[in-house]
Amino acid sequence: MQQKWDVFYEKFITYDGWVTVVDGLKATLQIAVLGLLIGIVLGTLIAAVKVMPKTNIVTKIFSVICDIYVGFFRGTPIVVQLLIGYFVLFPALDVQIEAINAAIVIFGMNSGAYISEIMRSGIQSVDGGQLEAARAVGLSFSVSMIKVVIPQAIKNILPTLGNEFIVLIKETSVASFITVVDLTKAFKDIGSSNYEYIIPYLMLAAIYLVLVMIITLGVKLLERRLARVDRGR
Amino acid sequence: MIEVVNLKKVYGKLTVLDNICETINEGEKVAVIGPSGSGKSTFLRCLNCLEDPTSGSIFFEGKDLADIRVDINLSRRHIGMVFQQFNLFNNKTVLQNVSLAPILVAKQNRRIALRKNIANGFFNLFRKKKAAKLPLQDKKAIKEEATKNAMRLLERIGLADKAGCYPSTLSGGQKQRIAIVRALAMNPKVMLFDEPTSALDPEMVGEVLDLIKQVADEGMTMVIVTHEMGFAREVADRVMFMDKGQIIEQGPPAELFGNPKHPRLVEFLSKVL
Ligand SMILES: Nc1ncnc2c1ncn2[C@@H]1O[C@H](COP(=O)(O)OP(=O)(O)OP(=O)(O)O)[C@@H](O)[C@H]1O
Ligand SMILES: [Mg+2]
Repeated sequence: MQQKWDVFYEKFITYDGWVTVVDGLKATLQIAVLGLLIGIVLGTLIAAVKVMPKTNIVTKIFSVICDIYVGFFRGTPIVVQLLIGYFVLFPALDVQIEAINAAIVIFGMNSGAYISEIMRSGIQSVDGGQLEAARAVGLSFSVSMIKVVIPQAIKNILPTLGNEFIVLIKETSVASFITVVDLTKAFKDIGSSNYEYIIPYLMLAAIYLVLVMIITLGVKLLERRLARVDRGR
Repeated sequence: MIEVVNLKKVYGKLTVLDNICETINEGEKVAVIGPSGSGKSTFLRCLNCLEDPTSGSIFFEGKDLADIRVDINLSRRHIGMVFQQFNLFNNKTVLQNVSLAPILVAKQNRRIALRKNIANGFFNLFRKKKAAKLPLQDKKAIKEEATKNAMRLLERIGLADKAGCYPSTLSGGQKQRIAIVRALAMNPKVMLFDEPTSALDPEMVGEVLDLIKQVADEGMTMVIVTHEMGFAREVADRVMFMDKGQIIEQGPPAELFGNPKHPRLVEFLSKVL
């Protein structure tokens, strides 16, 4: 064991392996955080389309487009989406894009599909009287949603949204399929440089675990704060 | 003020409103009574198109609200509505509940004026007769004015000290009174009440009815769906009795309660009085 540790130490400190790891961590967090933000925006838009009263042909068409979108992203593996996006779609559209940015966009679109379902149930959990009251004072559907319904929906789904963030951060470990050097890839490289995998991989797991614990704690604190708002000042 | 022409509302096979024609005059206070399921709420909710009529027209200020080409949001700003379940915005403080819509509407109007000014600025280059610039209110002033007005309304109902609280901390009576001033903050021309006291504990009914009475005395046009016959008798100029989607008898309260003619009204009154 001592010898394994020495091998790892040499690679990690003496040969600056930690620099790659820090960069990898940065990439992982970037993909997860920005992906989540894109996902929330996309998911909210899709959910809004889905709960909109379908009175005319335009809203119906939008609704079908959203169904197809959600169906595709929930029905295929994220790795496949990454491969198609980075190696097929972006080149076909003649878009020059760095691998990490492609990963952010694709992970964002993917989580948007999941978050749309979460958001929809969140919106439906808000009492219908809230939207009615906002419409009755003359606010439009979209303003009513943005100012009154969606803030309450987000509060209701905060734990689930935190969960989605955790799933997302773990899923980013496949980003190296499109050449992104994320946390997983960084440790994998350290391991394969000298065929000693035990310590790098255990350390990798520990870092993911700590990240997830931090998020869990953050969501709990946020929830408690919002609950306080509800009780008064 | 509001003219209802051949209003029909159908859910599936159930006809809830059956060809209603009715006029509500300016300053009039109309009470709507009738058995449960007779279509009172649906009738009221059609007046501001919260429920889309299946057919027929609702004329308000010369516009047919049932026509989809009419911007319903503009008209609704002049029609206040108070719900049985209060429906205060749970994510907003008491003060924000009252000032939210006035602020948003004023800001929207400002944006529209701004856009017009920019367009006019461009077209004026080619015009002989220049279009005048529309005045723009300062954004901060909009908020200050709406907040001041909201505080004035809260003071009026004695709840100014609750301005910073969230609705979940209030009693039903307080919530409903705030819901009423939230509607008043838009300076409506008509107020619609759907059983405003039915969800209240008995000891809170009085404070809400008192406030409604005050608003009535100020000359507001009102349509009130209610089970409080005493209140209807006291406040209303006219009482409508609805049954099975039709208004089958109406008149001044003294007449309708004192000398009911239609057998179903007689039966209804014998049950509730
Ligand atoms: N969204 C809906 N879908 C189907 N049927 C409905 C809907 N809303 C109301 N109804 C039906 O329409 C009828 C009239 O309802 P409405 O709420 O207008 O009655 P109401 O006179 O206000 O009764 P209450 O005194 O109980 O409030 C009822 O039979 C009700 O079941
Ligand atoms: Mg009703």
